[in-house]
Amino acid sequence: MKSRILAAGVLLAAAVPILLSLGPSGPSALNGEPYIHDPSTIMVCDGKFYTFGTGSGGLVSDDGWTWRSGAVRPGGGLAPDAIKIGDRYYVAYASKGGGMSGGHAGAITTMWTKTLDPKSPDFGFHDDSVVVTTDGVEDCDAIDPAFLLDPIDGRLWLTYGTFFGYIRIIELDPKTGKRVPGNQPVNIAIDMEATAMMYRDGWYYLLGTHGTCCDGANSTYNIRVGRSRKVTGPFLDNMGMDTLKGGGKLVVAASGRFVGPGHFGLLDLGDGVQKFSCHYEADLDRSGRSVLDIRPLLWKDGWPLAGDNFQEGAYEIQSERSGYALELAVDFVRMAGGMRGFGPPGGPVTPIPPQDLAEVSKNWPTGTIDIRIGDYMVRPHQKWTITPVSNAGGYPGSPYFKIVIAGTDRTLTATANGEVVAVPAFAGSPEQLWRIDQLTDGAYRIMPKSMPNSTEPMALTAAGRSTPTLAKFDPKSDKARWNLRRL
Amino acid sequence: MNALRKIVMPAMGGFAVLAVLAFRVFSAAPDDVPRSIAPYFTPATSSAKAPDHEGFLQRWLLLEPINKPNRTNTVFTDTYVRNVMNTEYFPNQFTVIPQSGDKVTVASQELAWHALDSTNFNVKLFRFAYGLSKPTYGVIFWAVTVVNSPREIKNARMAVGSNSASMWWLNGEEAVGLFGDRRMVMDDCVSKRLTLNKGRNVIRGAVINGPGLSDFCVRFIDENGEPIKDIIQVPVNK
Repeated sequence: MKSRILAAGVLLAAAVPILLSLGPSGPSALNGEPYIHDPSTIMVCDGKFYTFGTGSGGLVSDDGWTWRSGAVRPGGGLAPDAIKIGDRYYVAYASKGGGMSGGHAGAITTMWTKTLDPKSPDFGFHDDSVVVTTDGVEDCDAIDPAFLLDPIDGRLWLTYGTFFGYIRIIELDPKTGKRVPGNQPVNIAIDMEATAMMYRDGWYYLLGTHGTCCDGANSTYNIRVGRSRKVTGPFLDNMGMDTLKGGGKLVVAASGRFVGPGHFGLLDLGDGVQKFSCHYEADLDRSGRSVLDIRPLLWKDGWPLAGDNFQEGAYEIQSERSGYALELAVDFVRMAGGMRGFGPPGGPVTPIPPQDLAEVSKNWPTGTIDIRIGDYMVRPHQKWTITPVSNAGGYPGSPYFKIVIAGTDRTLTATANGEVVAVPAFAGSPEQLWRIDQLTDGAYRIMPKSMPNSTEPMALTAAGRSTPTLAKFDPKSDKARWNLRRL
Repeated sequence: MNALRKIVMPAMGGFAVLAVLAFRVFSAAPDDVPRSIAPYFTPATSSAKAPDHEGFLQRWLLLEPINKPNRTNTVFTDTYVRNVMNTEYFPNQFTVIPQSGDKVTVASQELAWHALDSTNFNVKLFRFAYGLSKPTYGVIFWAVTVVNSPREIKNARMAVGSNSASMWWLNGEEAVGLFGDRRMVMDDCVSKRLTLNKGRNVIRGAVINGPGLSDFCVRFIDENGEPIKDIIQVPVNK
């Protein structure tokens, strides 16, 4: 991006109207009307999900899957961020700069509210405070703020900046959201905007967006990362290149029908499930509008990278515990091509056809069938079709799925006593709707929307090497980790 | 010779050389060496016995093997095993708590119960049969034990590994089945959540095997998968 001036111009001309425009839904990153630019870190308040964007307002969702306009914040301006500390939700935003009013004299304001629900009597932002400004000439433009509450010492930090000079970091008071008196900014990166920070295993990660903003399908926005042992840097990428010299390891770029990911925001759901929010500059299935997305966050060799929300298809469901596959508990049927001896091969080489579903399934019980885990043998009773279910709700990033034996209606179902079975047909009940979250190591957690007569979250778990059940998810164990291998 | 897995053995009839090699593997002990179930078993004592440090039950009443010829273990489908295991071979098969030395007659076989403590976490059925000069291949083993629990334990699971297929009952109710050509692995198959009664609980199992080694291991685990170790296996011969 040449300058945030372009961003501002485009925003004023196009992006803000998009935020106000409610178009038809289609295949998308998220369901509903997830139209936003520069989304803040997603906040959870009273069971609802909120994010704020450039311009006024923002989005709200009841489940993290279907979004609508509805978040409220004052001040307008650019690219807010949010964080919850104690009983306060702090919001920071740029009230000027970034090319607004034709210059780079930026200013970042913080404020707080006790709830994000505009209908609550506790709703209302307080203590507006400008925490940093830039003069329009210096090598920094104070926009795009992002919070980090250091989990080690409880100190609160704010990064900010754009391509006009440096990314900088300052310290705020976590009790007030105001600037710590006497604190001086530290330069930590160039060639970035829309920064964010997070901490993991002794490393501070500085994420930022490279590339061109605000040009729809032609935006080259992509999210990159450097890391440091100190919150103030230096932040180096995987090649040892300092972010002050333009370094940054790729986290996510364009893919599929989505162009220009930017504005990383960590969404830590606990139990080892981490996701991140971003916007795409263009959803090609939605007129190239800027949309919100939530994707799994993976970690590989100490570096974050984007996972993909689960896609429908036919899969082997492999237990990380045993390496065996989830299957119907039915009689094993031998295939042609058994014992051939060890002598020299004879006769023509011919393919052996796959086992025929119709042939083997005619001997399966017609009613409910137990589920077990067994050696994967590419057999019909081990092949699962997983498809999203419309109008059944969802969870951050995805709709619920149904899981059936491929080519049949035999449906994976949670039972009231905490086990899993296959019933003859899908009825759409909560115990047949499955949440599939990718974990940070790339494996998956698989949970029913609910068990009959229970609201306790339970996960598909290998109670034994060959026996599945439902149990409280243990992020430290491989028992409830599953690999979904496309067939 | 690991390639000569037991599934292969019966199919090797036409492969004379391999068959000879296999014979040598399983016939390594000269016939003139006295056989013994030591060091794999010791006679069960009249003292109560706790599970081992991982919760495995080591005290069992084992019935000498019932002949059930099978040249391969690939026949052990769910349906086959259920049919075989639910066949009555001797009176009170699903209810008896035998005394060591009791005998039953199955077809032309007169078979004795042996009260034993395994010296391993698992119960080596092949060594039990071999040590007693009984058939080792193509057989069914029956096993019974009684455990006393100091309290009612809900949401427990019976965790079993067996070579080859097997079925297990707790207090007369089917608890868990292991089907197919199985290798013994701890916690291979576990029951659904069940309740161990305060006081006496009877565990009964049957293991079927064609060719190859045979053994099993059983323990109870709690809701978190941790072994239940405060149960006591009762003295025998009382």
